[in-house]
Amino acid sequence: MTTIQFDTDADGIATLTIDVPGQSMNVIGPDFIADLSAAIDRIKSEDAIKGAVICSGKASGFMGGMDLKNMQSMLPEGSEGNMTALFEKTFVLNDLFRRLETCGKPIACAIEGTCVGGGFELALACHRRIVADDSKVQLGLPEILVGLFPGGGGSQRFPRITGVQTALMYILQGKLFRPQEALGLKVVDELVPSGNTVAAAKTWLKANPAASVQPWDQKGYRFPGGAGGFNPAFVQTFIGATAMTMKQTQRNLNGPLALLSAVYEGVTLPMDRAIRVESKYFAKVIADPQARNMVRTLFVSKQAAERGARRPKDLPKAPTKKLAMLGAGMMGAGVATVSAQAGIDVVLLDRDQAYAEKGKEHARGVLSKRLGKGMTPEKLEATLARITPTTDFAMLEGCDFVIEAVFEDTAIKAEVTKKVEAVLGADTIFGSNTSTLPITGLAHAWSKPENFIGVHFFSPVEKMPLVEIIVGEKTGPEAIAKALDYVAQIKKTPIVVNDSRGFYTSRCFGTYVQEGAELLAEGVSAPLIENVGKQLGMPVGPLAVSDEVSIELGYKVMTAAKKELGDAYVHSAADDVMTKMVEMDRMGRKNAKGYYDYPEGGKKALWPGLAETFPLAAEQPSPEAVRERLLYRQLIECARCFAEGVLETPEDGDIGAIFGWGFAPWTGGPFSHMDTVGLSKVVETLDALTAKHGPRFAPTAQMREMAASGATFYPKAEAKKAA
Amino acid sequence: MEAYIYDAVRTPRGRGKADGSLHEITPMQLATQTLQALRDRTQIDTADVDDVILGCVTPVGEQGADIARVAVLNADYAQTTAGVQVNRFCASGLEAVNIAAAKVHAGEADFAIGGGVEHMSRVPMGSDGGAMAFDPAVAWHTYFAPQGIGADLIATKFGFSRTDCDAYAVESQKRAAQAWKEGRFAKTIVPVKDVIGQVVLDHDEHMRPEADMQSLGALKPSFTAMGEEMPGFDAVALLKYPELERINHVHHAGNSSGICDGAAAVLVGSKAMGEKYGLKPRARIRAMASIGSEPTIMLTGPEFIAGKLLKKSGMSKNDIDLWELNEAFASVVLRYMQALDLDHSTVNVNGGAIAFGHPLGATGAMVLGIALDELERSGKGTALVNLCIGAGMGTGTIIERI
Repeated sequence: MTTIQFDTDADGIATLTIDVPGQSMNVIGPDFIADLSAAIDRIKSEDAIKGAVICSGKASGFMGGMDLKNMQSMLPEGSEGNMTALFEKTFVLNDLFRRLETCGKPIACAIEGTCVGGGFELALACHRRIVADDSKVQLGLPEILVGLFPGGGGSQRFPRITGVQTALMYILQGKLFRPQEALGLKVVDELVPSGNTVAAAKTWLKANPAASVQPWDQKGYRFPGGAGGFNPAFVQTFIGATAMTMKQTQRNLNGPLALLSAVYEGVTLPMDRAIRVESKYFAKVIADPQARNMVRTLFVSKQAAERGARRPKDLPKAPTKKLAMLGAGMMGAGVATVSAQAGIDVVLLDRDQAYAEKGKEHARGVLSKRLGKGMTPEKLEATLARITPTTDFAMLEGCDFVIEAVFEDTAIKAEVTKKVEAVLGADTIFGSNTSTLPITGLAHAWSKPENFIGVHFFSPVEKMPLVEIIVGEKTGPEAIAKALDYVAQIKKTPIVVNDSRGFYTSRCFGTYVQEGAELLAEGVSAPLIENVGKQLGMPVGPLAVSDEVSIELGYKVMTAAKKELGDAYVHSAADDVMTKMVEMDRMGRKNAKGYYDYPEGGKKALWPGLAETFPLAAEQPSPEAVRERLLYRQLIECARCFAEGVLETPEDGDIGAIFGWGFAPWTGGPFSHMDTVGLSKVVETLDALTAKHGPRFAPTAQMREMAASGATFYPKAEAKKAA
Repeated sequence: MEAYIYDAVRTPRGRGKADGSLHEITPMQLATQTLQALRDRTQIDTADVDDVILGCVTPVGEQGADIARVAVLNADYAQTTAGVQVNRFCASGLEAVNIAAAKVHAGEADFAIGGGVEHMSRVPMGSDGGAMAFDPAVAWHTYFAPQGIGADLIATKFGFSRTDCDAYAVESQKRAAQAWKEGRFAKTIVPVKDVIGQVVLDHDEHMRPEADMQSLGALKPSFTAMGEEMPGFDAVALLKYPELERINHVHHAGNSSGICDGAAAVLVGSKAMGEKYGLKPRARIRAMASIGSEPTIMLTGPEFIAGKLLKKSGMSKNDIDLWELNEAFASVVLRYMQALDLDHSTVNVNGGAIAFGHPLGATGAMVLGIALDELERSGKGTALVNLCIGAGMGTGTIIERI
């Protein structure tokens, strides 16, 4: 056994200490499955063993879930389309846990840290769950968040303990919980002080030698709250949960529906059959490329990015100790807040002291909302004390990293940049939080452009998980390392892209908004545009998002681009729409008048004047046609970024799309989606769209080559399996 | 073989609540008393009735176990008369008549009775469950939303305001009150008696003739919460109707059909069988049909069923003198009139379920009886009877007075 250490004490209590080698957190892989299987056989067959406690040998926690990095290994060679073989494979874990809970001897688990996903499913298959009473411990079943659902018995055991409604509430949201909450839910049995769980487990095992039958295997077991088609509460729960899930997923996700069905069909069955039903649904979910695309981007690639996948190797760690934050507006204040929270000292500089102070007050507001949720008044004050608001550039002395978030104007930015250099010198790494201005141009203002880099945050900074790092023509590896180390400090997810107008995220996100305006200009009904945008899996419709970022901003970006590009600028119908709206003083949410009206105290509603301003076409396109345009307009821009070298990896493209502008998460990102659809089909669709709607849809030469050779954005082997 | 309607009876409709007059009477009694009335009025030998088909939408509990056959036995029909319960949701009663007529057409039956029974105060709607709403895979696959959402969706999509719906409801109440005042239903109503022979109900007790725009205007819409908040069925409906920004919730207790208790039965037979008993046929069944329609909006089947019936019978819109459509919700009838370009003066002239109430399984046979009475009273020739149906269907019948 390589993953479990098996010891038996004088009382006949076996201790199974899980310590999967080569992993920072215990995960379930083939070795662990084989080892646990052998351990169960031993517990069952050796008379001297009276019971067993399962614990972790890692300080990082009890156990995570399946080894998602190796998820492809779930698929036996050539199993595509062979659902029976896939089911057999998915059933292995379920069968294993079932053998554990029916081995005839009591099993307890001692949980000292993180216990989620498959780890929590293992715990649910034990007869006693003892957890360290430590509010840092996280428990639960988050599988739904990466396109899966609990497939190791979790969808069956959890509801058999809590009842259907509670179980669905947690599992459908992938909601984690702390030990106290878990105790309230009854999904754990006992909380003891940290470090005492194994001892408590042994005590329980000795006192309960016959407690080897799960409640659901006992005669007279009653399902909490009742279950089955004749139980009104059960029925109502599923009517409601299904409708809510359709609303939340817009029917794009497979995992939540599979979960609902597995619970609905499984909970009235004997456990031996219930877990087979669960495994069948699990097989269906992972047979679909959606699960693997989502797992790759939302879990594997994201984690790799956070751990420095794009960081230049061999450069020493360069954590930021004191940050110079230039500009105390929304962005600057947000960056100051998250930096102070990460323990970084921040000099928050603005032209006006009152403004700088206001930026610090913003931080107080944000942190105050977290009071009671892990934030104490002392911690709050200590965090705020790290922020020094000032107007004095001399105060920047000692800062080892700069982030600039002043007005989006090349001249103003250059002036500020030079003032900073006068204090800190050009050896300091300078980051600009511009969202549109090319970094290479801005870098001229810093004498050592190799130390100049783009650090693009998203608003609101406290909530948005992504930071887009932009490498200018001359940006050097030290700057990239410094920026990425800083992003790791503030616990955000980085992507690294090369310079371009709008970089990657702003540029591609803009196409979604523009295509919405194009559709409107053609007389497509606004509700159709908006609803189809949501159905595509975007967080909101293109007109709504345009209102949020302000139509005026889009107008200004367009005007600036026109000025800079001159004759090279390609005029679009979307430009006319924006111009018309701005002329009518309909700027967006900020003046409560945009594509929507924002009545005070009421719900926003599409502006009734839209139909008059942009007369409805007699013939409306099908929802499918609208969907295709909103999707492919984004896909082609992403592909252009790839062809132009703005993006160096499909991972950056997929992470940036989903976490940057909310690109439909069910796809796993634009590049995963194009690989899944197949490049030749994508090119075919784009050609058809180009013929109908113009060159903005024209596929790149690179795409045509890829289509011709059958190439994919992601390495071939993986993509093929995912297809 | 032609099928003729020889007689039609129905109970009055009792308010489907604990204080409703029929609450103490069992559904078996309602079915039994209508079958007995039909027999006693026509004086037929029930041995000549080959089958009794009764619609019932919630066939569980005391409406379970083939209530039609048991009602046959309980009504002391010949034991050779068979019985079968059918469920076509809101059109069950008319479907039962259509099946009876089809059996006569086919030569399977000489006499057959179609009707229905629903005791909504004793067997609540939904008691029979159904995968449609609560099996997640099914609800997902079919974009399930409750019928009230469908009714509000019709109003939104086809442009009927709350005022339009309320005005329709006020008119329905007015017409119903007028019809009762003039005794237009006297021929068909069978008062319901209790166990000691007292009449417990002899009139439709759900009606609110005093309803006006003001009183209806005070009612809160019924489907706002389930549509907009928990669990949010509007969003499900909009997945199928993305051209709409939102759903206007215009329906409430006053412009929707009421929950009621009641039963009805219609005697259908061949020409020869009528002659055997010297019965004059009251009407001939010209055409019958059922159809499926989009299930999420659910209640637009009637316009399509009308088209199908007219085509089948080789008739045109102008050949129909009288239009009866069950008033499940005001918007359903408003859409029907809009789609077929009908004049309200020819539609539901004696009111409908908004006033009378809607005992689900029985209503279809009741609406047919009302149309028959009206043809005879007004001397008109043809009527097209029609109901919207759950899960997106329509069932209809064209009758011709003889």
